Amino acid sequence: MTNVLAAAEWGGEFEGVLDPINALFDFPAFLFEDLELFGIPLGVNRTIVIAWIMCAVVGLVFYLGTRDAKIVPGRFQGFLEMVVDLNRGIAVDIIGPKGVRFVPLLTTFFVGIFALNLAKLIPVFMMPPTSRIAWPLFLAVLSWLVYVGVGIKEQGFGHYVGGVLFPPGVPKALYVILTPIELLSNFVLRPFTLAIRLFANMVAGHILVVITLSTIHVFLPSMPVGWTVGGFALILAPIVFAFEFFIIALQAYIFTMLTAVYIGSSMEAHH
Amino acid sequence: MTGTINVLGYAVATLGPAIGLGLVISKAIESMARQPEAAGMVRTTMFIGVAVIEALALLAFVLAFAL
Repeated sequence: MTNVLAAAEWGGEFEGVLDPINALFDFPAFLFEDLELFGIPLGVNRTIVIAWIMCAVVGLVFYLGTRDAKIVPGRFQGFLEMVVDLNRGIAVDIIGPKGVRFVPLLTTFFVGIFALNLAKLIPVFMMPPTSRIAWPLFLAVLSWLVYVGVGIKEQGFGHYVGGVLFPPGVPKALYVILTPIELLSNFVLRPFTLAIRLFANMVAGHILVVITLSTIHVFLPSMPVGWTVGGFALILAPIVFAFEFFIIALQAYIFTMLTAVYIGSSMEAHH
Repeated sequence: MTGTINVLGYAVATLGPAIGLGLVISKAIESMARQPEAAGMVRTTMFIGVAVIEALALLAFVLAFAL
């Protein structure tokens, strides 16, 4: 991106524009630069600081909102209860009456992903930690562990795996095709697509926001032609931000809902 | 001009899921309009179907970078 800015402002080649796109996401560590664990660098960079701050903000908001919870909630507590109620609705609708005990997990997923994504639109941060694959992958692995664990606990290991791999009511010959597909889709593709869906949406959104803002920054100060382009980007910027906000909420909702769907599918045996 | 042909491969690979998503979502909207009281169930089922179809496009997205 620095190349794009430099090329646009001072003229020159756009050569290698695609390559440093990584510079949008990869920040150098500025704290504990030399700290390593088994060759994995543990330095603190901007992404981690943003994630810490967002987590602290979410914790603070929920602590302050529910510190002296009243039976008739005020506006602040009412808002938080609305968020929890949304997840309760997801759990009860999809998993069934037994789903109430997953409400804390689903609420954590929803609020956490929403907050981490929201860092994309907050001035000064302007970078979603979820656009680094580590975050979505961790959340997806957590979801995977929960729905496989629930399946094993509710139905027993053999029954659960057998029900998933050999769905009843299918001609025996079809198992040759069906079993590998079910194996791949249930135990590999589900967590993988959960992670990649969130990751890809956040990467694309971050690039979109950066390109809109840097178009304004580069073109608006220059003379007539550039002024039109920059002005157009300036008018477009709120629309882009609104669209990104919609994507942020939608991705948090979809992640939560799919986790509920997967938990629900391993709660009950196939009939 | 430099670049990688994988990007074109990804562009081709989005066509199938795009058609599939269009079909699923248009049918879901249609049935929600016909039977508003079933909207919640239709929406849930639609999201499950969308997730399954989307997986194809996401696989292509990853393979475009990985290969």
